[in-house]
Amino acid sequence: MQRKVIFRGRILPIALLLPQLAITFVFFFWPAGRAIYQSLLREDAFGLSQEFVGLENFQDVLSDPNWVNAALNSVVFSGCVAGLALGIALFLAVQADKSLRGVTVYRSLLIWPYAVAPAVSAVLWLFLFQPQVGLIGRWLNAAGVAWDYRLNGTHAMILIVIAAAWKQVAYNFIFFLAGLQSIPASVLEAAAIDGARPARRFWSIIFPLLSPTTFFLLIVNLTYAFFETFGIIHALTSGGPGQATETLIYKVYVDGVQNLNLGLSSAQSVILMVLVIALTAFQFRAVEKKVHY
Amino acid sequence: MATLSLRDVKKSFNATQVLHGIDLEVNDGELVVIVGASGCGKSTLLRIVAGLETPTSGQVVINGRDVTGLEPADRDIAMVFQNYALYPHMTVFGNMAYGLKIRGMARDEIARRVQAAAEILGIGPLLDRKPKQLSGGQRQRVAMGRAIVREPALFLFDEPLSNLDAKLRVQMRAEIRRLQRRLGVTSLFVTHDQVEAMTLGDRLVVMNAGRPAQVAPPMEIFSRPADTYVAGFIGSPAMNFIPASLDQGNGSARLPDGTLIPFADGPRPGTAGTPITLGLRPEHLEPGDGPGSIPLAVELIEPLGSETVVHGRTPAGMAVTARLNGAFSGERLPVRIAPAHLHVFDADTGRRLDPA
Repeated sequence: MQRKVIFRGRILPIALLLPQLAITFVFFFWPAGRAIYQSLLREDAFGLSQEFVGLENFQDVLSDPNWVNAALNSVVFSGCVAGLALGIALFLAVQADKSLRGVTVYRSLLIWPYAVAPAVSAVLWLFLFQPQVGLIGRWLNAAGVAWDYRLNGTHAMILIVIAAAWKQVAYNFIFFLAGLQSIPASVLEAAAIDGARPARRFWSIIFPLLSPTTFFLLIVNLTYAFFETFGIIHALTSGGPGQATETLIYKVYVDGVQNLNLGLSSAQSVILMVLVIALTAFQFRAVEKKVHY
Repeated sequence: MATLSLRDVKKSFNATQVLHGIDLEVNDGELVVIVGASGCGKSTLLRIVAGLETPTSGQVVINGRDVTGLEPADRDIAMVFQNYALYPHMTVFGNMAYGLKIRGMARDEIARRVQAAAEILGIGPLLDRKPKQLSGGQRQRVAMGRAIVREPALFLFDEPLSNLDAKLRVQMRAEIRRLQRRLGVTSLFVTHDQVEAMTLGDRLVVMNAGRPAQVAPPMEIFSRPADTYVAGFIGSPAMNFIPASLDQGNGSARLPDGTLIPFADGPRPGTAGTPITLGLRPEHLEPGDGPGSIPLAVELIEPLGSETVVHGRTPAGMAVTARLNGAFSGERLPVRIAPAHLHVFDADTGRRLDPA
């Protein structure tokens, strides 16, 4: 069904599009263009002189072991965050789909974390995992685990994964619950009559029918973990200890804002931008083709 | 081969009781249709038999085995749903094989059974398709196929034809009947459609507000309805009900306007003057003048081709429907009541009154 709206003249349609185009231009194309331009320059730390260096910045970035380390961190971090957030959210959604009593209360409680600012949630996790004053941190140390995320890189990674996943669970939960509720009850009843026990029903019916939702969420979660977790990492570990929790996005900040190496930082931004575009394009293509039935 | 017994099955949802003690024996190979208006509890009853609902009290016995506390999986039943409930992500073959795979049946045996069922239902060429690519009638067949391959003790049908268009419904109705005969599987079929019920069932259970109003073969339900509910529910257009009272040694009914109608089959029990309800099917009103004829003021004429349904009013203002052979036109239709076809009901309880 295609509706054609025909305007007389050109001015009105352009005027209607203008606000959106202006926003896109000011907040995306302009800065993105600046970043691409900047990535081709070398500038001294005081911004006094610039020199065109071509793709040298990109060369430097890709051959920098620190950048490779950050890329690996990003992959590990994003994979863990997406896996954890999806797994927990799916489990909670299945539980919420079962019980009807009090489900609205349960649901709103689960949605809350999404409204908590990253810095606030980071502080919350600090209070839990700080080795001297944190609830869980003290308990772990008392139990004989030498827990200290400020010294141990693995511990630091675990901490930011938990904090980042916790925030995303709420979002995933909403989508999973909606997905579960759109599965007709009679299909599950038919499976029960066909002899499938609950676990089998879940893996052979519910899970495949949720696959479009899961796929959509997977992309959203990866994007989130890759690009939107700066606040959490900054407040919890600042990329440390060493560079154990320095992800790509965090490294952009460190190189650009702290080390004032704008060319190098811009080159990294451009690489990230290409990554986002690729990820989004992949998602659109896949959604068009439909992953399931 | 199996039998099904329901023993005093009751069901309440919170304070609302929807089933008030159902007793039913379904014989081996029999197709029993549960028919009733929406909300009469017929679907709940079927779901209890399937194990999808738990009865508040009472027993479900399949083949002499009490299955009341068992999961649907352990009852050896198959069910066809109103919306077919096919697994959308599986092919037709996958849909039909699912239950067999769960039972751990060998691959070639599964393939053999699915092929055989597909053959019977004429869906052989569709086995690789997904449900989305099928028409309503084909989906219906797949749902049937999924039930057949299991070779269950009991088939349950939950209004399986109501999502089909009229023509297909008639066709599938006949097909289900043939199939059920051929396989000889004991079946329970729920519907709100009286034509479906009449044509399909070996016996009908007419449900009214959570109680079985009558359990009998279709023709007995039609010719000897147990109460005014059954009489009004089965038959189209619906039976005319006329208030009257017993008179002349209970051998006649006296209408409010004083007309006497003698009973053809003998006097009814009760005292003279007892209020009764007379039931007369529209096709049993004969057009014609003469003594005892009621002149109907015609309000609406519905030509159906081979016959005509005439809605009219008696001089006393009562709505009466008549079904006439052939065409009819006019403002006035005198009709005579054929005493041989008169149904007599107690006006208070609605129960049928047979000659004493």
